[in-house]
Amino acid sequence: MATTLPDATKTAPGLSARILDSDVFYSFRKSPLTMLAALVTLVCFSGALLAPWIAPHNPFDLGSLNLLDASRPPVWIEDSDPRFLLGTDNQGRDVLSTIMYGARVSLLVGFASVIFAMVLGVTLGLISGYVGGAVDAVIMRIADVQLSFPAILIALLIDGILRAAFSHQLHDQFALYVLILSVGLSYWVQYARTVRGSTLVEKNKEYVQAARVIGVHPIRLLFSHILPNVIGPVLVIATINLALAIITEATLSFLGVGMPPTKPSLGTLINVGNDFLMSGEWWITIFPGLALVLMALSVNLLGDWLRDALNPKLRVTR
Amino acid sequence: MTRAPANRALLDVRNLRVEFPTRRGNLVAVDDISFHIDPGEVLGVVGESGAGKSLTGAAIIGLLDPPGRIAGGEVLLEGRRIDNLGYEQMRRIRGREIGAIFQDPLTSLNPLYTIGRQLVETIQTHLDMNAAQARAHAVKLLQEVGIPAADRRIDHYPHQFSGGMRQRVVIALALCANPRLVIADEPTTALDVSIQAQIITLLKRLCREHGTAVMLVTHDMGVIAETADRVAVMYAGRIAEIGPVRDVIKQPKHPYTVGLMGSIPKITRRDERLAQIDGSMPRLNAIPPGCAFNPRCPRVFARCHVERPDLIDVERSRVACWLYDEESPRLRAAGDE
Amino acid sequence: MIAFIIRRLLQSVLVMLAVAFVAFALFTYVGDPIAIMLGQEFTEQDRARISAELGLDQPFFVQFARFVGNAVQGDFGLSYRLARPVEELLLERLPATLELSLVAAFFALLVGLPLGVYTGLNRDSWLSRVFLTVSLIGVSLPTFLIGILLIYVFSVEVNWFPSFGRGETVQLGWWSTGFLTVSGLRSLILPSITLGLFQLTLIMRLVRAEMLEVLRTDYIKFARARGLSNRAVHFGHALKNTLVPVITITGLQLGAIIAFAIITETVFQWPGMGYLFIQSVYFADVPVMAAYLCLVAFFFVAINLIVDLLYYAVDPRLRVDRAISGGH
Repeated sequence: MATTLPDATKTAPGLSARILDSDVFYSFRKSPLTMLAALVTLVCFSGALLAPWIAPHNPFDLGSLNLLDASRPPVWIEDSDPRFLLGTDNQGRDVLSTIMYGARVSLLVGFASVIFAMVLGVTLGLISGYVGGAVDAVIMRIADVQLSFPAILIALLIDGILRAAFSHQLHDQFALYVLILSVGLSYWVQYARTVRGSTLVEKNKEYVQAARVIGVHPIRLLFSHILPNVIGPVLVIATINLALAIITEATLSFLGVGMPPTKPSLGTLINVGNDFLMSGEWWITIFPGLALVLMALSVNLLGDWLRDALNPKLRVTR
Repeated sequence: MTRAPANRALLDVRNLRVEFPTRRGNLVAVDDISFHIDPGEVLGVVGESGAGKSLTGAAIIGLLDPPGRIAGGEVLLEGRRIDNLGYEQMRRIRGREIGAIFQDPLTSLNPLYTIGRQLVETIQTHLDMNAAQARAHAVKLLQEVGIPAADRRIDHYPHQFSGGMRQRVVIALALCANPRLVIADEPTTALDVSIQAQIITLLKRLCREHGTAVMLVTHDMGVIAETADRVAVMYAGRIAEIGPVRDVIKQPKHPYTVGLMGSIPKITRRDERLAQIDGSMPRLNAIPPGCAFNPRCPRVFARCHVERPDLIDVERSRVACWLYDEESPRLRAAGDE
Repeated sequence: MIAFIIRRLLQSVLVMLAVAFVAFALFTYVGDPIAIMLGQEFTEQDRARISAELGLDQPFFVQFARFVGNAVQGDFGLSYRLARPVEELLLERLPATLELSLVAAFFALLVGLPLGVYTGLNRDSWLSRVFLTVSLIGVSLPTFLIGILLIYVFSVEVNWFPSFGRGETVQLGWWSTGFLTVSGLRSLILPSITLGLFQLTLIMRLVRAEMLEVLRTDYIKFARARGLSNRAVHFGHALKNTLVPVITITGLQLGAIIAFAIITETVFQWPGMGYLFIQSVYFADVPVMAAYLCLVAFFFVAINLIVDLLYYAVDPRLRVDRAISGGH
């Protein structure tokens, strides 16, 4: 016999009840892998965020470093020091702490560049889709051209330009912002295209036309009316983009054109530690590498799950 | 394979039940329906969108999309059960003994292959012919369905044909191995009205010439009136009424069928408003107990809310309505509660 | 058809001009070639003389035209850092990058395609799940990390393959190839796997997604309804329709591979264009940056064009061959 829904004459459920009962949350609950990924992400993010307060040592306080502590292996290998769980590098810095600080920088650049790309891309997409005409054509042409180049190349180029324009010291000081700019500028296109497509569709719907008839200002129309309806796919792109941004930043830093060793991200750490790989001190490079992969992987898993959960066609009920 | 006692029916569907397991419980899309199709006859299956017509066809041919599955009942082709066959065995029946035509001719054909290649491939799968013979057979089929210059157009791609022509090609493909039954799922819905008539005529003619039975699924009563010998009216996954086309149309017995017929505009009628059935077909997860039509039925009474009616023989039709059951205290008198 | 080609060619030229413009802007506004060339001390007369020689006192568009003219002939001036003609430097390293990229692309296709088809057809098998999980990890692994790990395992630990360089190369005219020596081939293995791995996971996921889309279409359903065998449905119909978009994307990925070679070359100290480019970015060597940009843009545009033509050849719907649709 068919099942029946609860009587609809009762009051509508509240927001939290609706979230907990939604299909999206259901698919979340049903996938232990996704829950694990979410947990790992949470741990990594909070560990990185709170680094200055919860890291066991401060690796950038030069005064606290002791060369006698240098090159100690991780705790489960002999000749180690229980104060340094994951070992130390050749200057006596605690690897675990440097990872936490490094992850902090990596995440900072990652989030900031994603937000930058999102704001830029969504705005351009809305304008492009709504205004149409020559504006649309120009923006989309630029987007197309940029899209045919891989993001890393764009990021490298922008970084190179800025590097050539400023002196070395100035560049190092502003390396963080330069990085955010480079990585953000290389990823705005996908947001713009998706939002433009959705805007084109929404533009012709009645609620938009009704609002125009009332005389709602176009900017208000774009951001209060159309934007909420096109934001879904944007979130999915943003999550997947976050992992890409983290990896791109790490790559740039590894190549030596990202964050300098004075304020390292995980990529810089891997680069610096690479020299010691050959001499057997593998922990200086491998642990930052693992941290990087772990973060990127969890964010990717979340992004994958989000995309599948928001796509009604792929839903499989088991 | 069990052999039922020899009966005349080509296709015999008994108590078929199609379910969709979802996280909120089982949705029953086709609920215990039974009907049969005789050799060479055209059975129309009519109903609103979502009544379960297409799913019935898909279930018979073994192409239900997962997670949908046959949860009960039997489907017999000439006395042999086919609902419990493995994929490979069912595959041999498809195309050879039961053919299928779907709604949209544009998406039914692979855009990257010529129609000739698609025809020859199907022919060679079922009939023992070499490439040259298969091609000749294909040309002949195309001529039969009315494609001009068939020997040239056989090497064209689907996008080079108009909608009506494409559907003719689809019909040719479905009939190329001479199946005994064709399931036609809304074959004319995607076509222009002027083309619809031509395609229906073609289908009728071919099936008469080859002796093919047709299960014609559609929501268009006009097509049924033109084409079918018998018609089954489906509602909420169940059969409401099934009988000869003339009887069902001229003298509908189930209140739902009455409503359907009443809502069709007729040239000879002089009413100002079309009759309308209040309410709408219930969603699959909200089907009321008893008779599924009871919330909307103008002649509902107590028993309708409690027991689900079986198909009751009335003259030459069968109707799933308690009004026609001799045991029920209320009979055909109008003006019930 | 001809109109199509001409239109695409024009588009390509336009894109190249745009890129050249960016490169040129780089040159004029960011670098200071005169200071580099003359060193710290020079007089105003020296500056004026060199300026006139290089044509730096001409109006913007004249300079741009000269730049384009030179660029087309391959003349990008001298590298700030190495004081050698840029085109010489690039040409020296081009074979290294191209060979590496081609082998990597080949590897990615050879393994990625079958894996993608398998996971698309056998959606729920445990092997598919394994492949998918591994591919997810692959997408989360940055290229340089893969390189480091491979070096650590195969070079440092077991010493099967060299950890840097190209090995011995053979000179064929101006092209130096590593294909003809054993050490050359051995040196290719680790870098090309590193470079190709990312593309491999991309191709695999793409093919799988396409395959799943195609398997849901009406024409596949109709093919099954006609009783065609699984083999015919999967490999005759589904595969062909899957490959059409895959070909184009893979072709475009070749361009990405050439760009990603930057990272791999750095990790393995492979003497290719990418390594040169990174150093030029670090040292703000503008001529090399500009030249690399133009060269890579040229590759991209050329590949795009070829892929478009390929698409045209493969998908009959694009051929504007409107035969008479003869009645209904």
